Amino acid sequence: MSVRTLRIDGRDVASADGATVLEAARDAGVAIPTLCHLEGLSPVAACRLCLVEIEGSGKLQPACITPVSEGLVVHTATPRLREIRRTVIELLFTEGNHVCAVCVANGHCELQDRAVEVGMDHARLPYRFPDRPVDLSHPRFGLDHNRCILCSRCVRVCDEVEGAHVWDVAWRGEHCRIIAGLDQPWGTVDACTDCGKCVMVCPTGALFHKGDSEGEKHEDPSRLAALQRARHSRQEAP
Amino acid sequence: MSQLAKQPKLRLATVWLAGCSGCHMSFLDLDEWLIELAPRIEMVFSPIASDTKTYPEDVDVALVEGGVGNSDNLALIHQVRQRTRLLVSFGDCAITANVPGLRNPLAGPAAVLDRSYLELADGSAQWPHAPGLVPELLERVLPVHELVPVDLFLPGCPPPAERIRAVLDALLRGEQPLMEGPEMIRFG
Repeated sequence: MSVRTLRIDGRDVASADGATVLEAARDAGVAIPTLCHLEGLSPVAACRLCLVEIEGSGKLQPACITPVSEGLVVHTATPRLREIRRTVIELLFTEGNHVCAVCVANGHCELQDRAVEVGMDHARLPYRFPDRPVDLSHPRFGLDHNRCILCSRCVRVCDEVEGAHVWDVAWRGEHCRIIAGLDQPWGTVDACTDCGKCVMVCPTGALFHKGDSEGEKHEDPSRLAALQRARHSRQEAP
Repeated sequence: MSQLAKQPKLRLATVWLAGCSGCHMSFLDLDEWLIELAPRIEMVFSPIASDTKTYPEDVDVALVEGGVGNSDNLALIHQVRQRTRLLVSFGDCAITANVPGLRNPLAGPAAVLDRSYLELADGSAQWPHAPGLVPELLERVLPVHELVPVDLFLPGCPPPAERIRAVLDALLRGEQPLMEGPEMIRFG
């Protein structure tokens, strides 16, 4: 395995060829905020929170899908990037209906945490207050579209890890939303194995266990990486 | 102490718009610190600490709880802005519309009143009707800063008493409070 050397925020970093800028940065102890990214799932660069500046490139690049290369010079926390990250979080808050005070994930929400990290004390953009439905047709779980940020973790975990592919992203623009099966009530989708992995990896309160009340959703999405490692080592065993 | 006594007292107001009064309850959770606060301020307008019904002139700091949801809220917030040096959006309802804003996806006041007073009524279903007494609902509940300029944002539902104290303490010293980190700006 060959090694690539690059500079991240003025520090020399050695990284395996094929690694992403995000992986190289995290290995070097440089924190880049993410939302759609989750170890154990393929990266999709949906949320744009991990955008970084790369010298010589006019365009900002998402760290989660940008491969390291020799001599790359990366900046992860310039004033411009800080401003963009705060705006991304404000867009997510104003685009949906995120009412932290009455959310199942209050206190255990990655969106709420990122808002603190980017310094959002209010949204400088106007709130849209869209009219969005809640799907309670599944016997054990619920889907509240008001709290969905379209990170697509549920889509990926169901397809890549559970192998059921219940979820997809449908429509465009402000109508874009997660759908179950062929855009049918979740509870009527035969492919769903009721495994709950989508609920486990959801970064907000959009997917939840029925019966959870305000602040009662305590999921740990990093369990997915542990599950992946356990499966892998079992397959490796004779 | 004698030096403190000579300083002009901070003219403080608290305002209650479309909110549950939880932010005001959290203010009362300052407990014994309220006794330290009392000699340093003059409470010139407040639903919990003053009988004054008219918002006064020349207010130094106003803590505004709640979004702007009806015609009374709208008239008052403009008056508050005009007569206050430092307007603080106090709590999530003032900053995001929060729980009162849950009605916003419904199509305006008529739909909200139908849902609340007709569809969910047990027996005597009727719209409240008292012209001049019950203020008209606005089309949507809006965050304060979407209507008037806001000088400081104090999030939380409600903001914990410690957070309120940190802000008031800084303002009393004539400093700008440092609004960052989970202790100071976490929503919910």
